[in-house]
Amino acid sequence: MNREKRKLVVIGNGMAGARVVEEILKRAPDQFQITMFGAEPYGNYNRILLSNVLNGSQAATDIFMNPLSWYEENGVRLHAGVKAMKIDRERRVVVGAPLRRDTLAYSADAATAENAATVEEPYDCVIIATGSRPFVPPMEGFNGTGAFLFRTIDDCARIADYARDSRRAVVIGGGLLGLEAARGLLTHGVEVTVLEAGPQLMGAQLDPEAGDLLRKTIEAMGIKVMCGVIATRIDRVEGCITNLEFKDGSMLQTDMVVVSAGIRPITEIATASALKVNRGIVCDDQMRTSDPDVFALGECVEHRGQLYGLVDPIWEQAGVLADVITGVNPNTAYHGSRLGTKLKVMGVEVASMGETKARDADDEVMVYREPSRGIYKKLIVRGSQIAGAILLGDTESAGTLMQMFFNGVRVPERRADLLFGSPKGVNLLRASDLPDNAQICNCNGVSKQTIVEAIESRGCQSVSKVGAATKAGLGCGSCKSLVAQLIEAYVGEVGYDPSEHYYVPGVPLEKSQLVREIQSRGITSVSEVFAQLADGKECPASKVGLASLLKTLWPGEYEDERDARFINDRVHANIQKDGTFSVVPRIYGGVTSADELMRIAKVAVKYRVPMVKLTGGQRIDLLGIRKEDLPAVWQELGMPSGHAYTKAFRTCKSCVGTDFCRYGVGDSIALAQKIERRFQGVESPHKMKLATAGCPRNCSEAYVKDLGAVAIEGGKWEIYVGGAAGGSVRKGDLLCTVDTHDDVLLYMGRFMQYYREHGKYLERTYGFVERIGIETLRQILVEDSLGICARLDADIQKAVDAYRDPWAEAELPAYPAQFSGPELAHTLEVAENNG
Amino acid sequence: MADTTTSNSIKLGRVAAIPWGQGLCYVVEGREIAVFRQRDGKLFAVENRCPHRQGPLSEGLVGGGKVICPLHSHQFDLTTGQGHEESECVRTFRVAETDGNLMLSVEVEGLR
Repeated sequence: MNREKRKLVVIGNGMAGARVVEEILKRAPDQFQITMFGAEPYGNYNRILLSNVLNGSQAATDIFMNPLSWYEENGVRLHAGVKAMKIDRERRVVVGAPLRRDTLAYSADAATAENAATVEEPYDCVIIATGSRPFVPPMEGFNGTGAFLFRTIDDCARIADYARDSRRAVVIGGGLLGLEAARGLLTHGVEVTVLEAGPQLMGAQLDPEAGDLLRKTIEAMGIKVMCGVIATRIDRVEGCITNLEFKDGSMLQTDMVVVSAGIRPITEIATASALKVNRGIVCDDQMRTSDPDVFALGECVEHRGQLYGLVDPIWEQAGVLADVITGVNPNTAYHGSRLGTKLKVMGVEVASMGETKARDADDEVMVYREPSRGIYKKLIVRGSQIAGAILLGDTESAGTLMQMFFNGVRVPERRADLLFGSPKGVNLLRASDLPDNAQICNCNGVSKQTIVEAIESRGCQSVSKVGAATKAGLGCGSCKSLVAQLIEAYVGEVGYDPSEHYYVPGVPLEKSQLVREIQSRGITSVSEVFAQLADGKECPASKVGLASLLKTLWPGEYEDERDARFINDRVHANIQKDGTFSVVPRIYGGVTSADELMRIAKVAVKYRVPMVKLTGGQRIDLLGIRKEDLPAVWQELGMPSGHAYTKAFRTCKSCVGTDFCRYGVGDSIALAQKIERRFQGVESPHKMKLATAGCPRNCSEAYVKDLGAVAIEGGKWEIYVGGAAGGSVRKGDLLCTVDTHDDVLLYMGRFMQYYREHGKYLERTYGFVERIGIETLRQILVEDSLGICARLDADIQKAVDAYRDPWAEAELPAYPAQFSGPELAHTLEVAENNG
Repeated sequence: MADTTTSNSIKLGRVAAIPWGQGLCYVVEGREIAVFRQRDGKLFAVENRCPHRQGPLSEGLVGGGKVICPLHSHQFDLTTGQGHEESECVRTFRVAETDGNLMLSVEVEGLR
């Protein structure tokens, strides 16, 4: 059936217009033929990021949400640079006029292009999403060079351009956007003064005290702030701004003026089309205007007497409007939004929700101040619910507070817990209090309802089972306690799921039980573990973990089945996204030679290596090598493996130490080379990255390595363990201070062996050191409280002695197909086979 | 004319070429096919590229009738081709051993 599509005209191509079109297409991709009018000559962009364009941290092209090709791909026709002037409701057409390129798209009297024909689009439905325009407080002389609004991409370009030749700038408006504009201007090297007509900064989000604290923080960054002043006139000499005059007659020198003093809804088209307009275009709960075929959303709308200027309410409106207009759910209603926001203003964390002041004496107000750190927290509780909150400088509890605020949850008796978290780590937020549609897992977008369904009708009674069924808790994991609460609420108690404690998923034993079984049965291979302890069922996800465990339990006797290794360990190279491999030869202590570099260069040329890159570990990475070329590449390099692909000792970086550096107090290069020669190839629960520093300036970052040695005055070395500077950042803990290079090797080796034995599989040293505790480690490894140091030293020596360069397998592969690339099948031998 | 149920049997080489518990990639008429030889002797063949980000499944960990892609650990059932993610699926092929040779059955229409 080829039904005629309904014609939908969307007026406005900003975030609201584009969002509602996306929502409609999601629900009914074929119901409408969609045409959009956009007064700006671009596709739509994310206005929230404009200040980044102004300060140069993002290019204008980066903030486009839907590039022009998006319109084409979705069958949406866009009249870019055309302003809709009127909805002719009798003829049922929208009339638009092309704008002159140099005109301000949002200004009420934007000039239309001369001689350009008007555009007429017939409609069945119209959506108005014209948004808002900046409010310019009445003042003389605003129209002229050097005075700007801060609203569009074009504004940003003009402001940045003008700032280059200016020394002083004034921003009028101390709200969120005004402060962002000030931050942007600061990066252009101008002196910035922010003027606010009201008594404080960010009056919509903060109370006077928080506003004052923010002002002090901002002034410390070099921005002047004046509150309670009203500019009445901009003075110019020969066309250039010289002064700003205030109501009280005083003056301020400046070269440019940027106005960001709030917004006003753009409603002319509604007025011209005889729709009902108060402060904004009046809409009902279905986002309909006074004409049932004309809808509106966004900043141009007045709903239940309220105007909105933040994205979240607009997203809500877009969802409701799309439900109604597509008929997916014609009775959906928008009930208005509670307002809350968490943001960074010039590097200062701010969260604000609901009201900023107590309404009357019945409201309970809690306040905490810590001026030296710029922290201020305020909470207003009304009838056991949060009526408002302000967090400045520390917004850690903002997430919980907002969940409670948006969902109207009863707050706990101990109000202090809301501002500081509960001392026992008890959850403040009770999942059972949340409405069904509340989103529990914010990473994967899983609602309470979905989780409850999984618990009740799919029998998921543990957190991991709920995760497997719904993906809840599989992102950052911070919602797991809420999931556990829901299980408790709906089935009584969280089922003990023993599989959560298995060492590997495919063998139903915890680590200690598994070790006992392996040792008592004398199992030395992965396949035997499956045969004897898992009913003969192989589990590919368990192979690598079992191999690692067996190797530690049976250092000499372990039967090395290569299929239990991850591909990287089968071919001693790191697999890349395109299936090629990276090759990192060992460069001891980061010191190489002309000879080695020439060999590396020759290999790179001969094998057409697509990228040769210096690594963070002071080595050279050859990327994009085919598996079948690996043996030849290794042979021609003539350097041993750098183990950059496996869970083992990786590398030891060094600074130039006493050799050349004028600050060096210890020979860090020689030490790094000794460390690397001794521990190369030593396997461990996870990788170990090391460094030595010739003085506490720490140029080689030894403080944040798994193990680090730092030379200090007096010829001594400090040994740090458990540092990290990857996804987690942690300064290592000082294990001990020693006198010689040999002592460093001794204690490092002892720590490594203890970590090899007691670290969990895939546990980095930073987790290990935190779990065991540095005090305990010092007692065991330095004071020998358990009497095991001699044994640890002997065992690490065995591991050191067992070192063989894995790249020697270039000469003698471990098994025939080790470095096989794809085999070409000979299709000549084809047998007909009717099956 | 061959109808769609007609299949060709293509000799890929010796079964022993595939190490126990591993896979090997064969290129059949320009198409990469991963063939696996489990330690229990079972053979499987699936298209080589993971639908997620085109990782080479032949380099994955194998066992219990499943393979894990080496790039991002997406898992697939080797008998049905169904991935752990509901929306992901790889094509499977019939493969068997005859006199030590690895024979791959390919539906004529399907392969083209």
